Amino acid sequence: MTALLSVRGLSVSSGPLELVRDVSFDVDAGERVGLIGESGSGKSLTALAVMGLLGEGLRASGSVRLGDEELLEASELRRCQLRGDAIAMVFQEPMSALNPTRRVGDQVGETLRIHRHLSRKAAERAAVDLLSRVEFAEPERYARMYPHELSGGQRQRAMIASAIACDPGVILADEPTTALDVTVQRRVLELLDRLVDEEGCALLLIAHDLAVVSEVCDRVITMYGGRLVESGSVSQIINEPHHPYTQALLATSKALSVSESSLGSQLPSIPGTVPSAGHFPRGCPFQDRCDRRVEACQVMPEVVETDNRALACWNPVVGTSASGGGEAA
Amino acid sequence: MSADESQLSPHHLPSGGAVRGQRGSRTLGTSLRRAGLALLPLLRRLATMVVALFGASVLVFVVLNVLPGSPAEVILGTQATPRAVQQLTAQLGLNKPLINQYLDWMGNLVRGNFGVSYISHQSIGSQIGQALTVTGPLVLFALLIGLLIGLPLGLAGALRNGRVSGSLIGAMSQVGMAVPSVVAGLLLIVVLTVKLHIFPTSGFPGWSDPWQALRALVLPSFSLGVVEGAIMSRYVRASILEQLRSDYLRTARSKGLRVGQALRRHGFRNAAIPLVTVVGLELASLVVGAIVVENVFSLPGLGLLLLDSVNNRDLITVQDIAMLVATTVLVLNLLVDLSYRLLDPRLKGTA
Repeated sequence: MTALLSVRGLSVSSGPLELVRDVSFDVDAGERVGLIGESGSGKSLTALAVMGLLGEGLRASGSVRLGDEELLEASELRRCQLRGDAIAMVFQEPMSALNPTRRVGDQVGETLRIHRHLSRKAAERAAVDLLSRVEFAEPERYARMYPHELSGGQRQRAMIASAIACDPGVILADEPTTALDVTVQRRVLELLDRLVDEEGCALLLIAHDLAVVSEVCDRVITMYGGRLVESGSVSQIINEPHHPYTQALLATSKALSVSESSLGSQLPSIPGTVPSAGHFPRGCPFQDRCDRRVEACQVMPEVVETDNRALACWNPVVGTSASGGGEAA
Repeated sequence: MSADESQLSPHHLPSGGAVRGQRGSRTLGTSLRRAGLALLPLLRRLATMVVALFGASVLVFVVLNVLPGSPAEVILGTQATPRAVQQLTAQLGLNKPLINQYLDWMGNLVRGNFGVSYISHQSIGSQIGQALTVTGPLVLFALLIGLLIGLPLGLAGALRNGRVSGSLIGAMSQVGMAVPSVVAGLLLIVVLTVKLHIFPTSGFPGWSDPWQALRALVLPSFSLGVVEGAIMSRYVRASILEQLRSDYLRTARSKGLRVGQALRRHGFRNAAIPLVTVVGLELASLVVGAIVVENVFSLPGLGLLLLDSVNNRDLITVQDIAMLVATTVLVLNLLVDLSYRLLDPRLKGTA
């Protein structure tokens, strides 16, 4: 079966600087794929490139196919027809992503006004329905409110409501819970999980927390330094990470969930920091922070696909013993 | 969250009394409280305005009365005897203590009485009123021209940001800003009246012939308005650029709106918020600019009246005009603040 969303050799560059380099992955219809990595690893840029919403001065090259259509070569008009209808996006910061001067219902129903040409009245009614689907107890009242009158979780639920309005085939969710209170994060995540299930749409969930992704997704892609470094099914990645970076991410994530084992001991962290764009080392971008570094790391390893998983590493972690957490104990 | 909130509210109702009565009194109570909340900042603003006007009046009065030269000397000329000057000074009430003079002036002004000119013995109120029939339209036309130039130019500059045409627009507005309106006016006179004889150079025929009156105001309005438009285009450009880079515009585009549509539906209202401030401030600076331009074009407006009055040491007229301008500026600022509340729902009920 052909993938619904197929990204091949996607690069995003700002002038001569390549911020995302040669990223390839597929998302099948109804599949949930997680995209993880620290801030600055190119996850958001990848999603924005797929949407065609890169900021000033950024250019995408390669191939992004949605169904049979090549998006990077489509006209802006065609892309506008697809955005919000066939492919929708939920952004990280629900306060700034909603227009402060327009009512919530207005903004939720807007997608339907654009693509289904609903009248103002009909869109208002549809927005109320959508708000009740994202668990607003009094949708009529909240539809008339302005974003600043809502809590962070409510705003994000409204964003999700506007994303599912036209039953898109794919939803890109860019760290949808990162800006929220911890207590609300779970609820929003569960809601997203349920809606994606009900709609049967595919989900590309961007997160920097493996725990979030492992709960919702079928497959995981790890990105670092603008490159895809590893991908595989959730169980493969969780139980047997092969890339040292994935393993390190897993270790930090596990330490936070298994609290008693980490009590009294230092929280594991990945040594060093993510360099700013353009300051990644030549070759493998992770080599400076990697304890498995070898001579070959001076050259960027190819992404090798075997057994439904992909890996770009010269000296991968092998065996089940190294499944993280060990550092914390 | 939302469910809890909604279920909480009925429990906050006071107990006792019929349910209908409770609901009625609650909505009345909340609406009164809402009205109060909306009025309170307005009252506070009005109080600040009164204090500011009082400060302005003291400043204007003190500065003008400290300056050398008395009206009596000017009226009687250089040949006058000291005795005659003294006599006239007493007659005009200028020998009274300054505090009394101030109180007389303010007392009249508060009651809407602008007083009588020392020099022309005419009512200052009617003189100012006459002058405003020139200055008022001049300032409004200039603002209109400024907006007509500034809005499209700024918008085009923002949409073409980073391209050659955008930089060209930017450079044009820089040049426009650098040219004082007096110079712009003189240039317009040279080209359009001296060379082409399209418009009258100077003077004002009065509103009895509206066509001629408008013709006389075209050049002065343009010399003020062109410069204004250049300034305005800079603000418009910055404001629109900020909108184009905002997260919610990106959200709007993710829903399938084209850039222009997204800007129209989501950007303009937000862009208007800072622009209203600028328009308010610029209107005030236009009033000041009009004073200069009126002198270039010999228009019998507020500016010419002010200049004549200063030359004649017609202090009350000068004071009155200064207070009028100060009040106008403060009222404009108040209107700007109030318009924020209309444009930005986040500000409802805040100070």
